[in-house]
Amino acid sequence: MAVRFDDSQMEMIMGRLLQVGVFLASAVVLTGGVLYVRAHSGVAVDYSTFASEPAGLRSVSGLFRLLRAGDPVAVIQVGVLLLIATPIARVVFAVVAFALERDRLYVAVSLAVLAVLMISLVYSA
Amino acid sequence: MPVLPFTLLVFAGSFAAGLLGALTGLGGGVVLVPLLTLVFHVDIRYAIGASLISVIATSSGAAAAYVREGFSSVRIGMFLEIATTIGAIFGAFLAVRVPTRALAIIFGLVLLYSAWISWQQSRNPDHKEVAGSPWSDRLRLSGTYPDPQGGECAYKVDRISGGFATMFGAGTLSGLLGIGSGAVKVLAMDRIMRIPFKVSTTTSNFMIGVTAAASAGIYLHRGYVDPGLAFPVMLGVLAGSLLGARLLVRARVALLRSLFTLVILALGVEMILNGWMGRM
Repeated sequence: MAVRFDDSQMEMIMGRLLQVGVFLASAVVLTGGVLYVRAHSGVAVDYSTFASEPAGLRSVSGLFRLLRAGDPVAVIQVGVLLLIATPIARVVFAVVAFALERDRLYVAVSLAVLAVLMISLVYSA
Repeated sequence: MPVLPFTLLVFAGSFAAGLLGALTGLGGGVVLVPLLTLVFHVDIRYAIGASLISVIATSSGAAAAYVREGFSSVRIGMFLEIATTIGAIFGAFLAVRVPTRALAIIFGLVLLYSAWISWQQSRNPDHKEVAGSPWSDRLRLSGTYPDPQGGECAYKVDRISGGFATMFGAGTLSGLLGIGSGAVKVLAMDRIMRIPFKVSTTTSNFMIGVTAAASAGIYLHRGYVDPGLAFPVMLGVLAGSLLGARLLVRARVALLRSLFTLVILALGVEMILNGWMGRM
């Protein structure tokens, strides 16, 4: 297989990947946001006192439960999750790309970054 | 305030922050938290959560444009992301343990620092003939970037451990305050590791999204990310910064930059005062 693969190509694909991820996430957030404003337009909001978000909005399983119930706020939060997943996908892609370049050192470096990101997700869950 | 006007006003404010941040190169994230807390009376924890989300959006949204220029280094970025992501988790860990008054004061100090950096824009000339650390080649951090004459300019990386440690600090600030902390990342690469300025700034942008993602999951799980607030903030900052990046070539930036620096300075003082007097 005569695949020429170098760093500049890798960066190009990464740039695209990030752009597509942000676009998708924004589209989902916008959809959820419009539905949310339509459903609550007259309700007063007050963010001056902190009360942690309800449990349903803080975990993936809770989120899907709310989503099935048709809660627009859950749609926004799914968009937020997509957004957080975008840079993580970039790191996963880097692992693959460095492997294609047969650069073991940077496969290890990328895996280390990925491991830290996974720890942050596990730690928070 | 009812949802509709609140959403529209927050969107407009975030749009302005993103636009000015992109035009001046200072980033919109740094004024977002003061804007939300001081103007919209949002609790600083919600403000930090929303800001962190917008930071991921802007850095990722701009990445494609930066990559095309050919200055960013995926290797330097990836290597230093080990430090920034660990720092970001540490910052998010600290964030629940630090009282909100202290958060406001730290935030104010970061704003003053940003203003000072911006004032110092008559920068020292770019690094010439950096001998570099022997580890620059071993870790494959040395690279090239396009020079104005259409050729390639080679560079090496110096003082790697110092840069790595500073990057840990940048990650901690990012995780603690919900900002991109691009200024500290550029400081680590440009001033400490003596990486050419253009390579430093573009690589910094590339790293911001991954750094923020490391603490965003933690914030989300702790309930700091309110969807009703994240929606206008994220889309506003993103739209503003994308427009700003397009206008950048045509706009007269010098005056704008001075004005924005003054705004940052004022917000910094206000944040510190508010934190000091316990109004946060």
